Amino acid sequence: MDEITSTRHNPGIDPVLHAWGWEIPVYLFLGGLVAGLMVLAGYHILKAGRQQEKVSYPYAPMLGVILLSLGMNALFLDLANKPLVWRLYLTFQPASPMSWGSWILLLVYPALIGAAILHPPERVPFGQRLLALVRSWSEWLHQRPRLVQVLGLANLGGGIALGIYTGILLGAFGARPLWNSAVLGPLFLFSGLSTAAALMHLLAMVSRSGTGAPFADVALAGVFRLMDPAHCKHVMVRADASFLTIELAIIALWLLGLLTATGVHQQAAALLLGGPWTAPFWGLVILAGILVPLLLQFLELAGRIRHSAVPAVLVLIGGFVLRWILVEAGQASRWS
Amino acid sequence: MARLAMVIDTTLCVGCADCVVACKTENDVPEGFCRDWITEQVAGAFPSARLEIRSERCNHCDHPPCVGCCPTGASHVHQPGAVVLVDKQKCIGCKACIASCPYDARFVHPQGHVDKCTFCVHRVEHGQLPACVSVCPTRCMHFGDLDDPESGVARLLRSRRHHELLPAAGTGPRVIYLT
Ligand code: SF4
Ligand code: SF4
Repeated sequence: MDEITSTRHNPGIDPVLHAWGWEIPVYLFLGGLVAGLMVLAGYHILKAGRQQEKVSYPYAPMLGVILLSLGMNALFLDLANKPLVWRLYLTFQPASPMSWGSWILLLVYPALIGAAILHPPERVPFGQRLLALVRSWSEWLHQRPRLVQVLGLANLGGGIALGIYTGILLGAFGARPLWNSAVLGPLFLFSGLSTAAALMHLLAMVSRSGTGAPFADVALAGVFRLMDPAHCKHVMVRADASFLTIELAIIALWLLGLLTATGVHQQAAALLLGGPWTAPFWGLVILAGILVPLLLQFLELAGRIRHSAVPAVLVLIGGFVLRWILVEAGQASRWS
Repeated sequence: MARLAMVIDTTLCVGCADCVVACKTENDVPEGFCRDWITEQVAGAFPSARLEIRSERCNHCDHPPCVGCCPTGASHVHQPGAVVLVDKQKCIGCKACIASCPYDARFVHPQGHVDKCTFCVHRVEHGQLPACVSVCPTRCMHFGDLDDPESGVARLLRSRRHHELLPAAGTGPRVIYLT
Protein backbone atom coordinates (compact mmCIF):
# COMPACT_ATOMS: atom_id res chain seq x y z
CA MET A 1 0.00 0.00 0.00
CA ASP A 2 1.03 3.59 -0.56
CA GLU A 3 -1.46 5.93 1.04
CA ILE A 4 -1.04 9.66 1.45
CA THR A 5 -3.19 11.88 3.66
CA SER A 6 -2.71 15.61 3.92
CA THR A 7 -4.04 18.40 6.12
CA ARG A 8 -3.80 20.82 3.18
CA HIS A 9 -7.16 22.10 2.00
CA ASN A 10 -6.45 25.19 -0.06
CA PRO A 11 -9.43 26.28 -2.20
CA GLY A 12 -8.81 25.76 -5.91
CA ILE A 13 -5.88 23.46 -5.15
CA ASP A 14 -7.28 20.52 -3.17
CA PRO A 15 -8.35 17.81 -3.59
CA VAL A 16 -7.75 18.32 -7.35
CA LEU A 17 -6.17 21.41 -8.87
CA HIS A 18 -8.80 23.70 -10.34
CA ALA A 19 -7.01 27.00 -10.73
CA TRP A 20 -8.60 27.70 -14.12
CA GLY A 21 -12.34 27.54 -14.74
CA TRP A 22 -14.49 28.10 -17.86
CA GLU A 23 -12.68 31.30 -18.83
CA ILE A 24 -9.48 29.62 -20.04
CA PRO A 25 -11.08 27.05 -22.42
CA VAL A 26 -13.28 29.83 -23.81
CA TYR A 27 -10.23 32.02 -24.34
CA LEU A 28 -8.22 29.17 -25.91
CA PHE A 29 -11.12 28.30 -28.23
CA LEU A 30 -11.70 31.87 -29.37
CA GLY A 31 -7.94 32.48 -29.66
CA GLY A 32 -7.56 29.40 -31.88
CA LEU A 33 -10.59 30.38 -33.95
CA VAL A 34 -9.21 33.88 -34.54
CA ALA A 35 -5.81 32.39 -35.36
CA GLY A 36 -7.46 30.25 -38.03
CA LEU A 37 -9.40 33.23 -39.41
CA MET A 38 -6.17 35.22 -39.62
CA VAL A 39 -4.32 32.47 -41.47
CA LEU A 40 -7.16 32.12 -43.97
CA ALA A 41 -7.43 35.88 -44.37
CA GLY A 42 -3.65 36.32 -44.69
CA TYR A 43 -3.38 33.62 -47.31
CA HIS A 44 -6.27 35.14 -49.17
CA ILE A 45 -4.75 38.63 -49.16
CA LEU A 46 -1.43 37.32 -50.43
CA LYS A 47 -2.83 35.04 -53.11
CA ALA A 48 -6.19 36.36 -54.17
CA GLY A 49 -5.88 40.09 -54.31
CA ARG A 50 -9.22 41.86 -54.51
CA GLN A 51 -10.93 39.75 -57.15
CA GLN A 52 -12.48 37.41 -54.65
CA GLU A 53 -14.43 39.90 -52.60
CA LYS A 54 -17.62 38.02 -53.34
CA VAL A 55 -16.66 35.20 -51.03
CA SER A 56 -17.40 35.59 -47.34
CA TYR A 57 -13.74 36.23 -46.55
CA PRO A 58 -14.21 40.00 -46.00
CA TYR A 59 -16.05 39.27 -42.76
CA ALA A 60 -13.25 37.13 -41.35
CA PRO A 61 -10.98 39.88 -39.95
CA MET A 62 -13.93 41.89 -38.62
CA LEU A 63 -15.28 38.81 -36.93
CA GLY A 64 -11.75 38.11 -35.70
CA VAL A 65 -11.57 41.47 -33.92
CA ILE A 66 -14.88 40.79 -32.16
CA LEU A 67 -14.06 37.20 -31.20
CA LEU A 68 -10.56 38.06 -30.02
CA SER A 69 -11.97 40.82 -27.83
CA LEU A 70 -14.46 38.35 -26.35
CA GLY A 71 -11.62 35.89 -25.71
CA MET A 72 -9.48 38.53 -24.04
CA ASN A 73 -12.44 39.47 -21.87
CA ALA A 74 -12.72 35.85 -20.74
CA LEU A 75 -8.99 35.89 -19.95
CA PHE A 76 -9.41 39.12 -18.02
CA LEU A 77 -12.29 37.64 -16.02
CA ASP A 78 -10.01 34.80 -14.98
CA LEU A 79 -7.43 37.10 -13.40
CA ALA A 80 -7.65 37.12 -9.62
CA ASN A 81 -6.00 40.55 -9.38
CA LYS A 82 -7.68 42.43 -12.25
CA PRO A 83 -6.62 46.00 -11.34
CA LEU A 84 -2.98 45.05 -11.97
CA VAL A 85 -3.53 43.65 -15.50
CA TRP A 86 -1.44 46.49 -16.96
CA ARG A 87 1.59 44.88 -15.30
CA LEU A 88 1.68 42.46 -18.25
CA TYR A 89 2.80 45.29 -20.48
CA LEU A 90 5.52 46.73 -18.29
CA THR A 91 7.79 43.78 -18.92
CA PHE A 92 8.64 41.00 -21.33
CA GLN A 93 9.52 37.67 -19.72
CA PRO A 94 11.12 35.51 -22.44
CA ALA A 95 10.65 32.25 -20.52
CA SER A 96 6.95 32.84 -19.96
CA PRO A 97 4.55 31.73 -22.74
CA MET A 98 1.91 33.93 -21.10
CA SER A 99 4.15 36.96 -21.53
CA TRP A 100 4.71 36.05 -25.19
CA GLY A 101 0.97 35.59 -25.56
CA SER A 102 0.04 38.93 -24.09
CA TRP A 103 2.36 40.72 -26.52
CA ILE A 104 1.24 38.57 -29.48
CA LEU A 105 -2.38 39.39 -28.64
CA LEU A 106 -1.57 43.07 -28.70
CA LEU A 107 0.22 42.78 -32.05
CA VAL A 108 -2.47 40.79 -33.85
CA TYR A 109 -5.08 43.54 -33.40
CA PRO A 110 -3.49 45.99 -35.89
CA ALA A 111 -3.09 43.14 -38.41
CA LEU A 112 -6.73 42.11 -38.03
CA ILE A 113 -8.03 45.67 -38.18
CA GLY A 114 -5.87 46.37 -41.25
CA ALA A 115 -7.28 43.30 -42.98
CA ALA A 116 -10.83 44.32 -42.03
CA ILE A 117 -10.27 47.74 -43.59
CA LEU A 118 -8.88 46.16 -46.74
CA HIS A 119 -12.21 44.57 -47.66
CA PRO A 120 -15.05 46.51 -46.03
CA PRO A 121 -18.52 44.95 -46.31
CA GLU A 122 -20.75 46.08 -49.17
CA ARG A 123 -23.67 46.98 -46.92
CA VAL A 124 -24.08 47.67 -43.23
CA PRO A 125 -27.39 48.15 -41.37
CA PHE A 126 -26.13 51.35 -39.72
CA GLY A 127 -23.02 53.55 -39.66
CA GLN A 128 -23.06 54.47 -43.39
CA ARG A 129 -20.71 57.41 -42.81
CA LEU A 130 -18.18 55.20 -41.09
CA LEU A 131 -18.43 52.69 -43.93
CA ALA A 132 -17.69 55.47 -46.44
CA LEU A 133 -14.64 56.47 -44.41
CA VAL A 134 -13.42 52.88 -44.21
CA ARG A 135 -13.93 52.55 -47.97
CA SER A 136 -11.67 55.53 -48.56
CA TRP A 137 -8.99 53.93 -46.34
CA SER A 138 -9.46 50.71 -48.26
CA GLU A 139 -8.87 52.54 -51.56
CA TRP A 140 -5.77 54.13 -50.09
CA LEU A 141 -4.48 50.72 -49.04
CA HIS A 142 -5.21 49.12 -52.41
CA GLN A 143 -3.10 51.75 -54.09
CA ARG A 144 -0.14 50.45 -52.07
CA PRO A 145 0.34 46.78 -53.03
CA ARG A 146 3.44 46.53 -50.84
CA LEU A 147 1.45 47.51 -47.78
CA VAL A 148 -1.27 45.03 -48.71
CA GLN A 149 1.38 42.33 -48.93
CA VAL A 150 2.72 43.28 -45.49
CA LEU A 151 -0.85 43.04 -44.14
CA GLY A 152 -1.23 39.59 -45.68
CA LEU A 153 2.04 38.44 -44.15
CA ALA A 154 1.16 39.97 -40.78
CA ASN A 155 -2.14 38.07 -40.74
CA LEU A 156 -0.59 34.82 -41.86
CA GLY A 157 2.34 35.06 -39.42
CA GLY A 158 0.26 36.50 -36.59
CA GLY A 159 -2.36 33.77 -37.04
CA ILE A 160 0.22 30.98 -36.96
CA ALA A 161 1.91 32.52 -33.90
CA LEU A 162 -1.42 32.96 -32.09
CA GLY A 163 -2.62 29.45 -32.95
CA ILE A 164 0.60 27.77 -31.86
CA TYR A 165 0.87 29.93 -28.76
CA THR A 166 -2.52 28.78 -27.44
CA GLY A 167 -1.13 25.22 -27.42
CA ILE A 168 2.37 26.09 -26.20
CA LEU A 169 0.76 27.95 -23.28
CA LEU A 170 -0.39 24.61 -21.88
CA GLY A 171 2.50 22.53 -23.25
CA ALA A 172 5.03 24.59 -21.29
CA PHE A 173 3.68 23.48 -17.91
CA GLY A 174 5.97 20.58 -17.06
CA ALA A 175 4.11 20.04 -13.79
CA ARG A 176 1.01 18.83 -15.66
CA PRO A 177 1.97 15.63 -17.51
CA LEU A 178 -1.10 15.62 -19.78
CA TRP A 179 -0.01 18.94 -21.29
CA ASN A 180 3.60 17.94 -21.46
CA SER A 181 3.88 17.72 -25.22
CA ALA A 182 5.32 19.88 -27.97
CA VAL A 183 2.55 18.79 -30.35
CA LEU A 184 -0.09 20.79 -28.46
CA GLY A 185 1.03 23.89 -30.40
CA PRO A 186 0.39 22.40 -33.87
CA LEU A 187 -2.73 20.64 -32.52
CA PHE A 188 -4.30 23.91 -31.44
CA LEU A 189 -3.24 25.59 -34.68
CA PHE A 190 -4.92 22.96 -36.87
CA SER A 191 -7.93 22.77 -34.59
CA GLY A 192 -8.14 26.57 -34.88
CA LEU A 193 -7.95 26.32 -38.67
CA SER A 194 -10.70 23.73 -38.85
CA THR A 195 -12.99 25.74 -36.53
CA ALA A 196 -12.27 28.93 -38.49
CA ALA A 197 -13.09 27.18 -41.76
CA ALA A 198 -16.28 25.84 -40.19
CA LEU A 199 -17.28 29.28 -38.97
CA MET A 200 -16.69 30.86 -42.38
CA HIS A 201 -18.73 28.09 -43.89
CA LEU A 202 -21.64 28.82 -41.54
CA LEU A 203 -21.31 32.52 -42.20
CA ALA A 204 -21.45 31.93 -45.93
CA MET A 205 -24.61 29.89 -45.50
CA VAL A 206 -26.25 32.55 -43.37
CA SER A 207 -25.24 35.48 -45.57
CA ARG A 208 -25.83 33.50 -48.78
CA SER A 209 -22.84 35.26 -50.22
CA GLY A 210 -20.86 32.11 -50.66
CA THR A 211 -20.40 29.77 -53.52
CA GLY A 212 -22.83 27.29 -52.04
CA ALA A 213 -20.33 24.53 -52.52
CA PRO A 214 -21.29 21.53 -50.46
CA PHE A 215 -19.72 21.85 -46.98
CA ALA A 216 -16.71 23.56 -48.53
CA ASP A 217 -15.64 26.55 -46.55
CA VAL A 218 -16.20 29.59 -48.61
CA ALA A 219 -13.21 31.19 -46.98
CA LEU A 220 -11.09 28.74 -48.87
CA ALA A 221 -12.48 29.87 -52.19
CA GLY A 222 -9.99 32.70 -52.06
CA VAL A 223 -7.16 30.35 -51.38
CA PHE A 224 -7.95 28.28 -54.41
CA ARG A 225 -9.08 31.06 -56.67
CA LEU A 226 -6.91 29.87 -59.52
CA MET A 227 -8.90 26.69 -59.84
CA ASP A 228 -11.89 26.54 -62.14
CA PRO A 229 -15.13 26.32 -60.14
CA ALA A 230 -15.84 22.66 -60.73
CA HIS A 231 -12.33 21.64 -59.81
CA CYS A 232 -12.24 24.17 -57.00
CA LYS A 233 -15.08 22.40 -55.19
CA HIS A 234 -13.05 19.26 -54.85
CA VAL A 235 -9.90 21.06 -53.79
CA MET A 236 -11.81 23.00 -51.15
CA VAL A 237 -13.34 19.84 -49.85
CA ARG A 238 -9.96 18.21 -49.61
CA ALA A 239 -8.38 21.22 -47.92
CA ASP A 240 -11.17 21.47 -45.36
CA ALA A 241 -11.05 17.79 -44.60
CA SER A 242 -7.27 17.90 -44.40
CA PHE A 243 -7.36 20.27 -41.39
CA LEU A 244 -9.47 17.71 -39.54
CA THR A 245 -7.34 14.78 -40.69
CA ILE A 246 -4.11 16.49 -39.61
CA GLU A 247 -5.76 17.34 -36.27
CA LEU A 248 -6.67 13.68 -35.82
CA ALA A 249 -3.11 12.61 -36.64
CA ILE A 250 -1.66 15.09 -34.12
CA ILE A 251 -4.05 13.86 -31.40
CA ALA A 252 -2.84 10.32 -32.11
CA LEU A 253 0.80 11.48 -31.89
CA TRP A 254 0.11 13.32 -28.63
CA LEU A 255 -1.49 10.26 -27.00
CA LEU A 256 1.25 7.98 -28.34
CA GLY A 257 3.89 10.32 -26.95
CA LEU A 258 2.27 10.17 -23.52
CA LEU A 259 1.86 6.40 -23.61
CA THR A 260 5.50 5.85 -24.50
CA ALA A 261 6.84 8.29 -21.89
CA THR A 262 7.17 7.90 -18.11
CA GLY A 263 4.67 6.39 -15.68
CA VAL A 264 3.21 9.79 -14.77
CA HIS A 265 2.59 10.54 -18.45
CA GLN A 266 0.90 7.18 -18.89
CA GLN A 267 -1.29 7.93 -15.88
CA ALA A 268 -2.16 11.27 -17.44
CA ALA A 269 -3.12 9.60 -20.73
CA ALA A 270 -5.26 7.18 -18.74
CA LEU A 271 -7.51 10.11 -17.82
CA LEU A 272 -8.70 9.99 -21.45
CA LEU A 273 -8.27 6.25 -21.95
CA GLY A 274 -10.63 4.73 -19.42
CA GLY A 275 -10.54 7.59 -16.89
CA PRO A 276 -13.19 10.23 -16.14
CA TRP A 277 -12.75 12.18 -19.41
CA THR A 278 -12.94 9.17 -21.73
CA ALA A 279 -16.57 9.53 -22.81
CA PRO A 280 -16.55 13.27 -23.60
CA PHE A 281 -13.15 13.03 -25.30
CA TRP A 282 -13.92 10.11 -27.59
CA GLY A 283 -17.61 10.91 -27.98
CA LEU A 284 -17.58 14.68 -28.49
CA VAL A 285 -14.07 15.48 -29.72
CA ILE A 286 -13.04 12.49 -31.83
CA LEU A 287 -16.37 11.08 -32.99
CA ALA A 288 -18.75 14.05 -33.14
CA GLY A 289 -16.08 16.73 -33.67
CA ILE A 290 -13.86 15.07 -36.27
CA LEU A 291 -14.97 11.68 -37.64
CA VAL A 292 -18.68 12.43 -38.18
CA PRO A 293 -18.01 15.80 -39.91
CA LEU A 294 -15.44 14.08 -42.14
CA LEU A 295 -17.95 11.40 -43.07
CA LEU A 296 -20.77 13.89 -43.67
CA GLN A 297 -18.51 16.00 -45.84
CA PHE A 298 -17.53 12.97 -47.85
CA LEU A 299 -21.17 12.00 -48.38
CA GLU A 300 -22.12 15.57 -49.32
CA LEU A 301 -19.31 15.65 -51.83
CA ALA A 302 -20.36 12.36 -53.30
CA GLY A 303 -23.88 13.77 -53.67
CA ARG A 304 -25.35 11.15 -51.33
CA ILE A 305 -26.79 13.65 -48.86
CA ARG A 306 -27.82 17.28 -49.02
CA HIS A 307 -25.45 20.03 -48.07
CA SER A 308 -26.09 21.23 -44.50
CA ALA A 309 -24.63 23.19 -41.62
CA VAL A 310 -24.33 20.09 -39.45
CA PRO A 311 -20.63 19.28 -40.11
CA ALA A 312 -19.56 22.87 -39.45
CA VAL A 313 -21.56 23.05 -36.20
CA LEU A 314 -20.07 19.73 -35.08
CA VAL A 315 -16.53 20.92 -35.84
CA LEU A 316 -17.09 24.05 -33.74
CA ILE A 317 -18.49 22.05 -30.82
CA GLY A 318 -15.65 19.52 -31.06
CA GLY A 319 -13.03 22.30 -31.08
CA PHE A 320 -14.48 23.85 -27.95
CA VAL A 321 -14.83 20.54 -26.07
CA LEU A 322 -11.21 19.68 -26.95
CA ARG A 323 -10.00 22.78 -25.10
CA TRP A 324 -12.43 22.26 -22.25
CA ILE A 325 -11.25 18.69 -21.65
CA LEU A 326 -7.59 19.59 -22.04
CA VAL A 327 -7.82 22.36 -19.45
CA GLU A 328 -9.84 20.29 -16.97
CA ALA A 329 -8.05 16.95 -17.33
CA GLY A 330 -4.64 18.62 -17.57
CA GLN A 331 -5.10 20.26 -14.20
CA ALA A 332 -6.06 16.90 -12.73
CA SER A 333 -2.88 15.27 -14.04
CA ARG A 334 0.10 15.44 -11.68
CA TRP A 335 3.51 14.02 -10.85
CA SER A 336 2.59 12.39 -7.57
CA MET B 1 25.82 32.73 -3.08
CA ALA B 2 23.67 31.41 -0.23
CA ARG B 3 21.03 28.75 -0.90
CA LEU B 4 18.74 28.61 2.09
CA ALA B 5 17.22 25.21 2.78
CA MET B 6 15.11 23.35 5.31
CA VAL B 7 16.03 19.87 6.46
CA ILE B 8 13.31 18.00 8.34
CA ASP B 9 13.89 14.85 10.37
CA THR B 10 10.91 12.58 9.69
CA THR B 11 12.01 10.21 12.45
CA LEU B 12 11.26 12.97 14.98
CA CYS B 13 8.20 14.65 13.46
CA VAL B 14 4.98 13.61 15.26
CA GLY B 15 2.62 15.62 13.02
CA CYS B 16 1.49 17.95 15.83
CA ALA B 17 0.99 20.78 13.28
CA ASP B 18 2.60 23.40 15.53
CA CYS B 19 4.52 24.53 12.44
CA VAL B 20 1.22 25.08 10.60
CA VAL B 21 -0.25 27.16 13.43
CA ALA B 22 2.99 29.16 13.83
CA CYS B 23 3.03 29.97 10.10
CA LYS B 24 -0.60 31.04 10.06
CA THR B 25 -0.01 33.30 13.05
CA GLU B 26 3.29 34.77 11.89
CA ASN B 27 2.20 35.39 8.31
CA ASP B 28 -1.45 36.21 8.86
CA VAL B 29 -2.48 33.38 6.52
CA PRO B 30 -6.24 33.78 5.84
CA GLU B 31 -8.72 31.34 7.32
CA GLY B 32 -9.20 28.24 5.19
CA PHE B 33 -5.73 28.47 3.61
CA CYS B 34 -2.29 27.19 4.63
CA ARG B 35 1.26 27.84 3.50
CA ASP B 36 2.52 24.66 5.17
CA TRP B 37 0.75 21.43 5.98
CA ILE B 38 1.22 17.94 7.38
CA THR B 39 1.37 14.90 5.11
CA GLU B 40 1.27 11.33 6.33
CA GLN B 41 2.45 8.61 3.98
CA VAL B 42 2.00 4.93 4.77
CA ALA B 43 3.96 2.63 2.49
CA GLY B 44 4.42 -1.11 2.37
CA ALA B 45 2.42 -3.91 4.03
CA PHE B 46 2.18 -5.21 7.58
CA PRO B 47 4.45 -6.11 9.32
CA SER B 48 6.92 -3.94 7.43
CA ALA B 49 4.61 -1.00 6.72
CA ARG B 50 6.26 2.37 7.24
CA LEU B 51 4.73 5.68 8.27
CA GLU B 52 6.42 8.93 7.33
CA ILE B 53 5.09 12.20 8.69
CA ARG B 54 6.23 15.31 6.86
CA SER B 55 5.81 19.02 7.35
CA GLU B 56 5.50 20.27 3.74
CA ARG B 57 5.59 23.69 2.09
CA CYS B 58 7.01 25.42 -1.01
CA ASN B 59 10.35 23.78 -1.71
CA HIS B 60 12.10 26.97 -2.85
CA CYS B 61 13.35 24.94 -5.77
CA ASP B 62 16.75 25.45 -7.37
CA HIS B 63 15.06 25.41 -10.79
CA PRO B 64 11.64 26.88 -10.01
CA PRO B 65 9.20 26.52 -12.94
CA CYS B 66 6.87 28.94 -11.13
CA VAL B 67 9.37 31.76 -11.68
CA GLY B 68 10.04 31.14 -15.37
CA CYS B 69 6.35 31.01 -16.30
CA CYS B 70 5.36 34.22 -14.52
CA PRO B 71 4.44 36.84 -17.16
CA THR B 72 4.95 39.87 -14.91
CA GLY B 73 8.09 38.94 -13.00
CA ALA B 74 6.07 38.86 -9.75
CA SER B 75 7.42 35.39 -8.97
CA HIS B 76 11.13 35.84 -8.48
CA VAL B 77 14.20 34.45 -6.78
CA HIS B 78 15.12 36.70 -3.88
CA GLN B 79 18.80 37.17 -3.08
CA PRO B 80 20.61 36.53 -0.85
CA GLY B 81 19.34 33.07 -0.05
CA ALA B 82 17.74 32.12 -3.39
CA VAL B 83 14.31 32.18 -1.75
CA VAL B 84 11.36 32.01 -4.19
CA LEU B 85 8.98 34.88 -3.48
CA VAL B 86 5.90 36.56 -4.98
CA ASP B 87 5.79 40.34 -5.26
CA LYS B 88 2.13 41.07 -4.60
CA GLN B 89 2.42 44.52 -6.16
CA LYS B 90 3.16 42.82 -9.49
CA CYS B 91 1.02 39.67 -9.30
CA ILE B 92 -2.04 39.79 -11.59
CA GLY B 93 -3.42 36.46 -10.34
CA CYS B 94 -3.12 34.66 -13.68
CA LYS B 95 -2.40 31.41 -11.81
CA ALA B 96 0.26 30.24 -14.29
CA CYS B 97 2.64 29.68 -11.37
CA ILE B 98 0.01 27.58 -9.59
CA ALA B 99 -0.35 25.32 -12.65
CA SER B 100 3.43 25.09 -13.01
CA CYS B 101 4.21 23.95 -9.45
CA PRO B 102 4.37 20.14 -9.26
CA TYR B 103 3.91 20.36 -5.47
CA ASP B 104 0.73 22.47 -5.57
CA ALA B 105 2.40 24.68 -2.98
CA ARG B 106 0.72 27.95 -4.04
CA PHE B 107 -2.78 29.33 -3.73
CA VAL B 108 -4.70 32.48 -4.58
CA HIS B 109 -4.91 34.77 -1.55
CA PRO B 110 -8.39 36.29 -1.06
CA GLN B 111 -6.77 39.67 -1.85
CA GLY B 112 -6.12 38.45 -5.42
CA HIS B 113 -2.40 37.80 -5.46
CA VAL B 114 -0.76 34.39 -5.25
CA ASP B 115 0.62 33.35 -1.88
CA LYS B 116 2.92 30.66 -0.49
CA CYS B 117 5.70 29.98 2.01
CA THR B 118 8.42 32.67 2.08
CA PHE B 119 10.84 30.79 4.36
CA CYS B 120 9.90 33.70 6.68
CA VAL B 121 12.49 35.79 4.88
CA HIS B 122 11.41 38.82 6.94
CA ARG B 123 12.56 36.99 10.09
CA VAL B 124 15.61 35.35 8.54
CA GLU B 125 16.97 38.71 7.38
CA HIS B 126 16.91 39.78 11.03
CA GLY B 127 18.82 36.72 12.16
CA GLN B 128 15.78 34.74 13.32
CA LEU B 129 14.62 31.29 12.24
CA PRO B 130 11.45 30.77 10.21
CA ALA B 131 8.41 30.67 12.53
CA CYS B 132 7.74 26.97 11.87
CA VAL B 133 11.33 25.97 12.69
CA SER B 134 11.41 28.04 15.84
CA VAL B 135 8.30 26.47 17.40
CA CYS B 136 8.80 22.78 16.58
CA PRO B 137 8.58 20.94 19.93
CA THR B 138 10.58 17.94 18.69
CA ARG B 139 13.24 20.14 17.06
CA CYS B 140 12.93 18.09 13.88
CA MET B 141 13.33 21.12 11.59
CA HIS B 142 16.67 22.61 10.64
CA PHE B 143 17.33 25.71 8.58
CA GLY B 144 20.50 27.05 7.00
CA ASP B 145 22.67 27.60 3.94
CA LEU B 146 23.28 24.56 1.75
CA ASP B 147 26.24 26.25 0.10
CA ASP B 148 28.06 26.57 3.43
CA PRO B 149 29.63 23.15 4.06
CA GLU B 150 29.83 23.93 7.78
CA SER B 151 26.14 24.76 8.17
CA GLY B 152 23.96 22.41 10.22
CA VAL B 153 21.83 21.51 7.21
CA ALA B 154 24.85 20.68 5.03
CA ARG B 155 26.31 18.49 7.77
CA LEU B 156 23.03 16.67 8.32
CA LEU B 157 22.74 15.91 4.62
CA ARG B 158 26.29 14.55 4.60
CA SER B 159 25.68 12.25 7.55
CA ARG B 160 22.04 11.11 7.20
CA ARG B 161 19.94 9.32 4.61
CA HIS B 162 17.54 11.75 3.02
CA HIS B 163 15.11 12.29 0.17
CA GLU B 164 13.36 15.12 -1.52
CA LEU B 165 9.83 15.24 -2.95
CA LEU B 166 9.17 14.33 -6.59
CA PRO B 167 12.85 14.24 -7.63
CA ALA B 168 11.79 13.17 -11.16
CA ALA B 169 10.14 16.56 -11.67
CA GLY B 170 13.67 17.98 -11.79
CA THR B 171 12.97 21.18 -9.87
CA GLY B 172 15.71 20.71 -7.28
CA PRO B 173 13.63 21.16 -4.12
CA ARG B 174 15.39 22.62 -1.07
CA VAL B 175 13.09 21.21 1.59
CA ILE B 176 14.74 17.88 2.27
CA TYR B 177 13.59 15.02 4.51
CA LEU B 178 15.85 12.92 6.70
CA THR B 179 14.76 9.30 7.06
S1 SF4 C 1 7.72 24.23 -4.65
FE1 SF4 C 1 6.45 25.02 -6.28
S2 SF4 C 1 6.11 27.16 -5.72
FE2 SF4 C 1 7.84 26.46 -4.50
S3 SF4 C 1 9.66 27.02 -5.74
FE3 SF4 C 1 9.14 24.89 -6.24
S4 SF4 C 1 7.84 25.07 -8.06
FE4 SF4 C 1 7.89 27.10 -7.10
S1 SF4 D 1 -0.34 34.46 -10.53
FE1 SF4 D 1 1.05 36.18 -10.06
S2 SF4 D 1 2.98 35.25 -9.42
FE2 SF4 D 1 1.76 33.67 -10.41
S3 SF4 D 1 2.44 33.66 -12.56
FE3 SF4 D 1 0.66 35.01 -12.48
S4 SF4 D 1 1.50 37.05 -12.10
FE4 SF4 D 1 3.14 35.59 -11.62
